[in-house]
Amino acid sequence: MLENIRLSFQGIWSHKMRSFLTMLGIIIGIASIISIVSTIKGTNEEIKNSLIGSGNNTVNVLLYEKGYTMEIYSNSQKPFGIPQVSEETRSEILKLDSVENVTCFTERRNMEGVFYRDKAISSGAIRGIDKSYFDTVGYRLKTGRIFLEDDGKKFRKVVILDQNAAEALFGDENPIGKTMEISEEPFTVVGVVESESNYETTITNISQYYSAQESALSGVFIPKECWPIAYAYDEPEKVVVKARSTDDMEEAGQKVQKILNATISPKQEEVKYKADNLLEKARDMQKLSAATNNQLIWIASISLLVGGIGVMNIMLVSVTERTSEIGLKKAIGARKGTILGQFLTEAAVLTSMGGMLGVAAGIGMAQVINRVSGVAVSIDIVASVIAVLFSMLIGIIFGLLPSVKAANLNPIDALRRE
Amino acid sequence: MILKLDHIYKDYIQGKMTVPVLKDVCLHVEEGEYVAIMGPSGSGKSTLMNIIGCLDRPTQGTYELAGQDVLALNEKKLADVRLNRIGFVFQNFQLLPRMSALDNVALPLVYAGVRKRVRRERAREALVRVGLEDRTGFNPTQLSGGQKQRVAIARAMVNTPKILLADEPTGALDSKSSKQVMELFAQLNEEGVTVVMITHDPGIAGHAKRIMDIFDGEISRHGEVFR
Repeated sequence: MLENIRLSFQGIWSHKMRSFLTMLGIIIGIASIISIVSTIKGTNEEIKNSLIGSGNNTVNVLLYEKGYTMEIYSNSQKPFGIPQVSEETRSEILKLDSVENVTCFTERRNMEGVFYRDKAISSGAIRGIDKSYFDTVGYRLKTGRIFLEDDGKKFRKVVILDQNAAEALFGDENPIGKTMEISEEPFTVVGVVESESNYETTITNISQYYSAQESALSGVFIPKECWPIAYAYDEPEKVVVKARSTDDMEEAGQKVQKILNATISPKQEEVKYKADNLLEKARDMQKLSAATNNQLIWIASISLLVGGIGVMNIMLVSVTERTSEIGLKKAIGARKGTILGQFLTEAAVLTSMGGMLGVAAGIGMAQVINRVSGVAVSIDIVASVIAVLFSMLIGIIFGLLPSVKAANLNPIDALRRE
Repeated sequence: MILKLDHIYKDYIQGKMTVPVLKDVCLHVEEGEYVAIMGPSGSGKSTLMNIIGCLDRPTQGTYELAGQDVLALNEKKLADVRLNRIGFVFQNFQLLPRMSALDNVALPLVYAGVRKRVRRERAREALVRVGLEDRTGFNPTQLSGGQKQRVAIARAMVNTPKILLADEPTGALDSKSSKQVMELFAQLNEEGVTVVMITHDPGIAGHAKRIMDIFDGEISRHGEVFR
């Protein structure tokens, strides 16, 4: 066997050009498949990262009405039967193994009535937050201070801005200590926070676009106790849980959703809490990208078939060329099986080499795709090994006919030809 | 008796015609004999040689090789007979061009499943015996005709077969090389190898101990052992 492999290499080497051209079909086929698989894997990882992403493992548990997120824009919109999250519910959530932290907050996603002198904020959200909001969602203090226990207890009209809001309202001015207007009430700015997640500034796909959009929105925060000062009522809260790990996110979301929905009045049938299922979303998007790419793999497989036929063709020529060699070998005692094995090995070695070159070319192609179009790629070792084994199989399948032909040659006819 | 062929017929089918090539050929060779079979081209001597060498089957007749009915053997067993009992030498040498002389000689040992180290050792010994110990690494293209034929003889004898079959072994050689080859054959015969050689050259046939004539598919002279 080893001897056969050595002889095959010798044969391939002595016909370098022909061998390379024979392999070319296999090389192209395998290279396309490897680059496609690398792109699929890269895209999948990117989808997962950007959706679940930023590594802070937070899950939004928001209110939905008839399948859409419910937002409150005016005082009259408040839905009935949805209480604020009580301290008991909060500690029940915190007892879950999968949950590291939780925050509940009221939110309006319109910025009408938020001013500093003549400046307003065009888009963003104002939130009435509890003490664990910044830790859970992922903000750090930039200047000033965060809210104290007393701010809420004594209903102090204080406000914290994120960097976008501070920029929009105050520009270069230091906002700390300044008084601004929220829904016709004066609030004093005590701090500026910034988001911990850094989004890439280059946008190459839709999910990065949304991430960038979100990060451009302004955030204005007041203590949740002060919410009714500006907006008249305590409103239903949104919840964000921080899971212990990415794998815990789904479980944490589902459990928290259940706990929160149990607090809603049974008469309220239209508005319910629902956890974002990011993994599910990621899987859906991965499925979509895999489906398109699977078709590409089928197309690439056709070139493998063509390559295989090329191998068969050359092997047939090679058998004819080496008729007298085959006859001599039979005359000096080679069995049929020995000849068959020799030619099959040669075909398999040829296509395996093609496969290896194809994998190398595919990895190269994937890098080029990555550089040129920015699509994420990730090399799949398992796929590469399978590709080489598969090309070996192609060699054996398409080498079979020529090898059988060689093994069945009549030694006399074979020797006579010269 | 090492070769015992009786009433051998061989027909070739050409289109709708059946052409008889061998007609009732009987050939008996004792162990240790040195036989030359002479005949003009088309006389059927090569066909007879192929039948003796188990490369071809007769249409009719019996063939016992060292007492064994080889016509009853399957293809696998016949390959083993060719491997172990018969050494072949051809007019055009039939060396594999991409292999060194040593690898060419070692080829039958590969088929016999001999380990690589032993194989190289035995192939080297065989080359020493034909006087080519300094040419082991050469490719056939780097050797002269006489040297090529001696490599071929080393290959034929590397498995120590009892029978050496040679088909016009000097047909492509000059007289000096021919003489060397004939000396080798004589030496092998001295050592007990049965030699059967086909030739149309009476000078070459004269080296044998018995000369048979074949003409038009029939043995016309069985010859006496005259040496």
